[in-house]
Amino acid sequence: MAASGVQKRQMTKGERKSLLTGLLFVSPWIIGFVLWTAYPVLSSIYYSFFRYDLITKPVFLGLGNYIEIFTEDFRFWKVVRNTLFYVGLSVPLGVFSAFLIANLLNAKLAARSFFRAVFYIPAIVPAICVAMVWLFIYNVQYGIINSALKALGQPIIPFLSNPDLAKPSLIVIHIWAQGTAVVIFLATLQDVPRSLYEAATVDGANAWHKFRHITIPMTSPIILYTTVLGLIGGFQTFLLPYLLTNGGPAASTEFYAMHLWRNAFEFFRMGKASALAWIMFVVVAVFTVLLFRTSARWVFYGGESK
Amino acid sequence: MTTTTQELAATEMPRVRGKRTFGRIVTEFLKYAVVILLAATYAFPLYWMISSAMKNDPQVYRVPPVLVPNPAHINNFLDAWRSDEFTLYTFNSIVRYALPVTLFTMASSAIVAYGFSRIRWPGRDKLFAVCIATMLVPYTVVMVPLFIIFKKVGWVGSYLPMVVPAMFGNAFYIFMLRQFFMSLPEELSEAARLDGASELGILWRVILPLSKPALAVVALFTFMGTWNDYLGPLIYINKYTMFPLALGIQKLRSQMTQVGNAPLAYPYLMAVSTIAAAPIIILFFFAQRTFIEGISLTGIKG
Repeated sequence: MAASGVQKRQMTKGERKSLLTGLLFVSPWIIGFVLWTAYPVLSSIYYSFFRYDLITKPVFLGLGNYIEIFTEDFRFWKVVRNTLFYVGLSVPLGVFSAFLIANLLNAKLAARSFFRAVFYIPAIVPAICVAMVWLFIYNVQYGIINSALKALGQPIIPFLSNPDLAKPSLIVIHIWAQGTAVVIFLATLQDVPRSLYEAATVDGANAWHKFRHITIPMTSPIILYTTVLGLIGGFQTFLLPYLLTNGGPAASTEFYAMHLWRNAFEFFRMGKASALAWIMFVVVAVFTVLLFRTSARWVFYGGESK
Repeated sequence: MTTTTQELAATEMPRVRGKRTFGRIVTEFLKYAVVILLAATYAFPLYWMISSAMKNDPQVYRVPPVLVPNPAHINNFLDAWRSDEFTLYTFNSIVRYALPVTLFTMASSAIVAYGFSRIRWPGRDKLFAVCIATMLVPYTVVMVPLFIIFKKVGWVGSYLPMVVPAMFGNAFYIFMLRQFFMSLPEELSEAARLDGASELGILWRVILPLSKPALAVVALFTFMGTWNDYLGPLIYINKYTMFPLALGIQKLRSQMTQVGNAPLAYPYLMAVSTIAAAPIIILFFFAQRTFIEGISLTGIKG
């Protein structure tokens, strides 16, 4: 690849030297790319056509794993529905709430960096701490919400033990931990030139007009960026349901990544897990491309100076 | 500014002015009410973690819930810590995992980023595009094949599967450092080259000293990522003497629910969770600017 532009003429001594030095400097990444990305990705395709349990020799199945996943795996469509429900709600709600909070913080506000810290910190504390504290808050007997309800003589809410409530309860935690998006949005909002708003005020625009016709277009590239990242992360959701509900109750929080995990590390079906990974990769890629396709209609790139 | 508008308006329409100031006070009040209410809601879970860490059994049971534990059982922190080998887990988290990964990531990413930004060579930008593209490969896709590789080389059960890849640069930080290196003037390198400095010498003596803010971001985020990591150790660490703090907390939880004293488990779990979260929260308040800059550097300037 590196030599493609060079075939036509002989390289000078200095050019050859800089090519060698450059390659030498990036060689750790080249080796790492081959070892930790290219080879795993290719071998994952390979394994997806085999039955492999890490101990006995891989057995070629052709499309067997894929056929099993789509037709015989009774959990597959359940985890797909669960994941689509979770992604479909948590990603838009997460982006939306982070955007609203950032706008609120962008107003003239005393102690802004304090408030920013309050919204950001939930995003950076260890996942295990988040899991433990929400497990406690949601607890049917000792959780604060249910204790308060009991004190008021109201029926308790089985947040994590009711199949209809478990997913929404996890989505609440997701929304709570959107601090990174808040900080990104706030930084973007502060970069919007004041002059735009001033000009709009002179033209008699009200607050809603300014929000709709200045704030949203000027931040739309970041809205797209945050949504794409949220989507990729959402499809891979694993830790919170693993720690809080372990997929239950009634498999209502059994998400795609957990299904994959179980096949790989509980059932030792490395081939089927690889096939599951590839299906997910393709679906995520399709969603991302679709999002970028529609973005031409709503993302405004005129704000960039370059 | 407010006074001038008020003075101007005062001469002509005192009643409208009165309405306006009243309206403004209401808006201001509403704004702060909403922000404070939201912030209190967002802060509550972590407040609850810290305050519940200092409760005893009856204080956890009590209906209505105890908002501020009185008396506060500060001993819980020590008792919870001693209830399992948390000092060992913390040692594992830092010495076996976080520190080596942070140092290796900084060194390798800086070297690679230098090759991608401060040296001109044919094919450089095409190769860099490949580097960027690797960021889009979800970890879930490589998780299984990587496990098979590390199983074959016999690294499962150690931190090597998480530490060794850090020696080969992290695409995300390579990207960020490259952006930063490119913003430094080319004359600096040329002057050093004329003085006969090697490229490695230029990186070490000229570029790195000027890149401390960017390196701080790499260090901070890598350290935080490894300290918080649960998935990597969950896959590769199978002996509890090798557990990082995060897995140790989960171990405490499963032990406590197994022996059936779940209510008692919560103060201890909250105490250990508070200790695990404390370094991150303290780090944030000390390096708030680095955090925020880091997010801007990594998050939007791309």
